[in-house]
Amino acid sequence: MSIEVKTLTVAEAAALLAAGKVTAAQLCRAYLDRVQTVDGSVKAFLKCDAERIMAAAEAADQRRAAGTPRSPYDGIPVGIKDCIVTAGETCSCASKILAPVVSPYDATVVARLKAAGFIPMGRLNMDEFAMGSSTENSAYQRTANPWDITRVPGGSSGGSAAAVAAGEVAVALGSDTGGSIRQPAAFCGVVGVKPTYGRVSRYGLVAFASSLDQIGPLAHTVEDAAIILDTIGGHDPRDCTSLPEPDCGGLAAAVAAARNGDLKGVKIGLPEEYFASESSAGVKAGVEAAIAVMKELGAEFVSVSLPHTKYAVATYYIIATAEASTNLARFDGIRYGARDQEAQDLTEVYFKTRGHGFGDEVKRRIILGTYVLSSGYYDAFYLRAQKVRTLIRRDFEAAFRQCDLLLTPVTPTTAFRFGEKKDPLQMYLADIYTIALNLSGNCGISIPAALEADSGMPVGIQLIGPALAEKQLFAVAARFEQARKEQVFTPAL
Amino acid sequence: MSNNTNIDVGYVAQLARLDLDEPTRNRLQHDLEAIIGYIDQLNELDVGGIEPTAHAVPLSNVWREDVAGASFERSTMLQNAPAVIDDELIKVPKVLPGEEM
Repeated sequence: MSIEVKTLTVAEAAALLAAGKVTAAQLCRAYLDRVQTVDGSVKAFLKCDAERIMAAAEAADQRRAAGTPRSPYDGIPVGIKDCIVTAGETCSCASKILAPVVSPYDATVVARLKAAGFIPMGRLNMDEFAMGSSTENSAYQRTANPWDITRVPGGSSGGSAAAVAAGEVAVALGSDTGGSIRQPAAFCGVVGVKPTYGRVSRYGLVAFASSLDQIGPLAHTVEDAAIILDTIGGHDPRDCTSLPEPDCGGLAAAVAAARNGDLKGVKIGLPEEYFASESSAGVKAGVEAAIAVMKELGAEFVSVSLPHTKYAVATYYIIATAEASTNLARFDGIRYGARDQEAQDLTEVYFKTRGHGFGDEVKRRIILGTYVLSSGYYDAFYLRAQKVRTLIRRDFEAAFRQCDLLLTPVTPTTAFRFGEKKDPLQMYLADIYTIALNLSGNCGISIPAALEADSGMPVGIQLIGPALAEKQLFAVAARFEQARKEQVFTPAL
Repeated sequence: MSNNTNIDVGYVAQLARLDLDEPTRNRLQHDLEAIIGYIDQLNELDVGGIEPTAHAVPLSNVWREDVAGASFERSTMLQNAPAVIDDELIKVPKVLPGEEM
């Protein structure tokens, strides 16, 4: 039989598999067919090894036939962003410098997905080394927004968001350093989660900014995102920054418990600084409609202040680039990756390999990061930014003394067109609503809320919670998702 | 605005071991001046007495037991090396100018 996968969720696929209405092989074949049909225009996948996926699907079917499936999800594919390693597959971070690299091991998140029977599917496009907000910085291809292929899917997890929105895969992993999951989720009309820093292991995630990076899911529904985060979360001895928290599951159960309930007793803060600045009319309308829906469900709204919001972008671009310039120093053409063949001595290998291997945005950030760490500038920029980071963190702590969660826009506008933001600083400023909670370590979720009247593009809202408050975050998100006016977020493609 | 905003992209690129051709260097010089002008706004803030935050979650160092664990085979790790000698070593060009290979 053939199965329509375009809008299929992980939960629905699991039910079909359990009822014997579809096999994992049929399911994976249907997704691969969907990739065949639409990825010529979406270009979300850098690679997609059909043979490997079908072999894994057949193994899953055998386990199920033997009565020993690894979990209810055995045989369901998950898209993987190209900065998260899968054993035996390339991991280029959409950069030329890592083009030939094949990973000898699985990232912890991939190993945990496999242990539950999920099948890693392909390598999803991204901004080179996750540096960008439109996926235009990929060294390989331009991923299109499935809602309008003249627009960007957002970034840096643009391939992950576009693949899910286009129904090429039900769910995908991305990484979020300053909004790289939530912003593309909002642009593509899917759910995206930036977990609490330390909830998900970073072992096997190519580091961009180690104190900010987190892996998280992009999905059609809050429930699917919960299923994936339940699977990948929890302490990992291989990542010493992963939290020793024993209880990192229970999110899918929290989502189920929230269904058909109300939001009475839930206090949601609206940070005035996030509403004072210039969001487009469509974004404002979407956020206001979401607030109205949640009020009807009984949520109480209060105004709060995050007074250092205006400094978040500057603070972020100092800290993130400082960490990136250090992390990316290892890419030198010596031990792995593409080595420049013309270099005559070792120093030249470094200069030429890095000069030819990195794209402009990566160079820009390495130079900025090197500059803010260099002698004479360290105190003025890097140390000062770390102190402002403390002030930003305190802002959130004070806000969460007045409310349970915060509600904000995800982005100032809906998805923009290719080439529209040519000035790098303008691109950075568009991260204003997502960046602060990476600095503070809080968790956040982006949920589709409305379609913009004139463009028809999706508008997202962001819910932000204190560290490790994912259960409440997901419960409120799921309840909103069920009650929102616009129910269908499926591009025509 | 303070006096912090001078940047010589050519010099910083040397520190970062990045070969830049002239058009790229000029382009990045222009971009970086604008970006540094922007991030310099942090100097408006009084941060006296504020502790720096290096990490989102304050965790002290985590140690594991000092026991040997499994590692990758040398051959596995060499599969990604750009050049190899005798299936054992990573080959690199000469380290010092004029030195024999």
